[in-house]
Amino acid sequence: MDFRDSPAEAEFRTRLRAWLAEHNPGLPASSTDDQYWDRQAEWHTALYDAGFFGLSWPRRYGGHELPTVFDVILDEEVAAAGAPPRPSLGYLVQGISTHGTDAIKDRFLPGLISGRERWCQGFSEPDAGSDLAALRTTATRDGDEFVIDGHKIWTSYSDVADWCFLLARTDPDAPKHKGLSAFAVPMHQLGIEQRPLRMINGITKEFGQVLFDGARVSAENMIGAPGEGWRVAMTIVSHEREPGELGYVARYAKTVKELQHAVRADPTGFRADQCEAVAWAHVQTEMLRLHVSRRLSERLDGIEHGPGGSVDKLLMTWVEQAVGAAALSVSGPRAVVDSDDVALKLYLYSRAQSVMGGTSQIQKNIVATRILGLPTA
Amino acid sequence: MDTRDTIEQAELRRAARQLARELGPTNVADLGDATRTKRLAAAVREAGWLELRDDGGGSAPLASGVEAAIVADALGGAVAEVGYSGAVLAGDLARRAGATRGDAVVACAPTLIDAAFVSGVTTNEPAFAVDTGPDAELAYVVAPADSGYRLASVRIDGVGESADLTRAVRRVAPGAQLAAAPAQLQLLTPDDLAQWSALGLALTSADLVGVMRGVTEMTVAYAIERRQYGVPIGSFQAVQHLLAEAHTLMEGSQSIAAHAAWAVDTLEPAAALHAGRVAKAYCARAARTVCETAIQVHGGIGNTWECMVHVYLRRALLSTQWFGDDGEQLRQLQRELTDGLS
Repeated sequence: MDFRDSPAEAEFRTRLRAWLAEHNPGLPASSTDDQYWDRQAEWHTALYDAGFFGLSWPRRYGGHELPTVFDVILDEEVAAAGAPPRPSLGYLVQGISTHGTDAIKDRFLPGLISGRERWCQGFSEPDAGSDLAALRTTATRDGDEFVIDGHKIWTSYSDVADWCFLLARTDPDAPKHKGLSAFAVPMHQLGIEQRPLRMINGITKEFGQVLFDGARVSAENMIGAPGEGWRVAMTIVSHEREPGELGYVARYAKTVKELQHAVRADPTGFRADQCEAVAWAHVQTEMLRLHVSRRLSERLDGIEHGPGGSVDKLLMTWVEQAVGAAALSVSGPRAVVDSDDVALKLYLYSRAQSVMGGTSQIQKNIVATRILGLPTA
Repeated sequence: MDTRDTIEQAELRRAARQLARELGPTNVADLGDATRTKRLAAAVREAGWLELRDDGGGSAPLASGVEAAIVADALGGAVAEVGYSGAVLAGDLARRAGATRGDAVVACAPTLIDAAFVSGVTTNEPAFAVDTGPDAELAYVVAPADSGYRLASVRIDGVGESADLTRAVRRVAPGAQLAAAPAQLQLLTPDDLAQWSALGLALTSADLVGVMRGVTEMTVAYAIERRQYGVPIGSFQAVQHLLAEAHTLMEGSQSIAAHAAWAVDTLEPAAALHAGRVAKAYCARAARTVCETAIQVHGGIGNTWECMVHVYLRRALLSTQWFGDDGEQLRQLQRELTDGLS
C-alpha cells in the first residue's frame, strides 16, 4: 500500500503544476456561473493540447495510455491550483470504446477527447427518467438512414453539442429493454431543436431539452448492434457514476479550499457550527479523494468495475451535498438576500447530484440487490 | 501510487480475519468464554501482533501502521475479546523512548484522547488503561521534562469497567505512585507524541471499519433470513436502502482509514496526525450510523441483550471516544486551519 508518487508520477505532477501555474484560466465554478460554460471548450482544448487530458485513454485516439491513477494526480493538482476541473466525458469515451466498431472509434473518439467535437447525451425523456427503458423516442429505418422523432430532456451541454449520444427505440415490438439502439446523431441539422433549461440555481448553459422531429442519422453511426442500446446505456451510466471518471474531487476540493480561506481570514467571524460544517466538508472531500485513489489502484489489476460504481456515486453525492451545505452555512444570511450569492448557487446545484446519472434511490437498489445479495420483492 | 495491499499485507489480512473469525465470539452467551478467550489471546500473542510497533532494529518499528491497522480491522470485525491496540500503542511509545514494553499498556487521560500526562511523583487525576489484557500490571504515563517528555509508568490495580463488552478499560486511581524510569530512556519529542497519536487514530479508525463490516454482514444475513408478511424483510426497499447506506459508509471509511494507517510512518508528523483526524472523524460518524442501522433492521430482537448487534455498537462507542470522537476531530481540524495562519 503506497499513496506516494512513483518517479514517473512525480515527474508528471511537477510538469503539470508548472503548466497550471501559467495557464489557470481562473474560471468560476461550473456549478455557479454561466461564464464557466462559455469558456469550457477553451479549457478542454488547452488541457488536451498541453498533454494533460485523456491520460488513460489509447494513444491512437489522442490519449496517453497512462495508468488511471494519473487522473488522481490531475484532480489533486487542478484543485490545488484552483483551476477548473477536467471536462467530464470519460463515460462517453467508455461507451464508444466498449461498444463501437473500429470505424466508429476512429471517427468519433479523437474529436471527443480533444474537445474539437462536443457531445451531449440523449437518454432521459419527460416520461423516462429512472425508468429509462420506457423511453419513447423512435429511430425508424429509411434506406441507409434512421429517422428520429422524440423528446429528450435534462440533457447536459445540448446547447453547444455537435453530436448527441442518442438512445432510441428501433424495434417497437420487442420487450422494452431489447428494442433500443444507440447512435451518434449530428446536432446541426433541421429536425433538431435545442431549448435551454434553467436550473434551480439560475444556470442556463448546462441543461437543455432536445426535440427531434424527423431528424436523420446515417445507419453507420449506430453504436453497438441493433437492439444493444440498453447494454450500451448501462456501460455509460455505470461509468457516469464514478467520481474517478468525472474528476469531481477537484471541484469539491476547490470549494472547500475557498470556504477554509474564508474562515481563516476571519477566525472570530464564524460560529462553531459553521466551522464544523467546513471541517466536515473537508473530511468528506478527503474521503472521496482517497476512495478514488483506491478504486483507480484496484484497476491496476484490470478488475472490471461492476455495481461498485453505485457505492461511489452515493459517496460522491454525500460529499457534494456536504460541501453545498457548508457553503450555505458559511454564507449565512448573505445567501438569502443576494440572489447572486455563489454559496446559494453551489448549495442549490448540489441537490442535483442525488438525481443525475441515476438517483440515489436507484443506486441503493443496485447496492442492495447486486452487492449485498438482498432478494428482490 | 498503488494503494492495494502488497502480497504480504493481503496475506496478513487474510490470516488475521480467519483467526478472529475462528476464535472470536459467536453469540452473546459465548462472550468472554474463558477457554476460548485464552486461546484467542495466546494466538494473537504467538502471531507476534502485539509486537508490531516494538523496536525492529535501528529504532524503526517491526511493522508499519498499515500492518498494525490490518490486524485492528480484523479484530474489530469479529468483536474479538483480546487486548491488541493497547499493547501495540504501548510498544510504539516504548520504542520511541528506548524502553522495553513488557506487558505494559498506555494510560490515557480521563478524556481518553491523550496519554495521561503526569507532573510530580503520583498521578493527580484518574487515568484509564484502555484495551488492557487481564494480566497487565503496568501502564505508561507521560511526564513533561525540561526539553520534551519523559516516559514513566504506574501500577494498574484498578478494576475494569467498560461499555465495551469485548475490551477492558481499567482505572488507575489518582495518587498512584510513578515507578522510577530507567535513566537511559530517551526523551519523547512533540513529534513522537504526534506520530503516536496518529497511530492511535489509525488503529481506532481501523477497528471501526472492522466493526462496520462485521455488523453489516451480520445484519444483511438477518434481513435475508427474517420473514415478515411472508417474505424476507431484506426484500423491502425501505430495509434495502438502510443496508445499502451502511455498506457504502463502510466502503468510504475503509478508503480513508487505510490512508491514515499508511500516513503514520510516511508523512511528516503533523500531516500524519491530520490524516488520522480526518479518518477518525469520518469513521466515527459512519460507525455510529451503521451500528444504529443494524439495531433498527434487527427490530425487537436488536434491542435485546441477547442480540450481538449491541456488542458491535458498544465496541464502536469505545473506539470512537479513544483518541477523540468525530466532534473532537473536527474541532482539532478547525484549530489546525486557524492556527496555521497565525
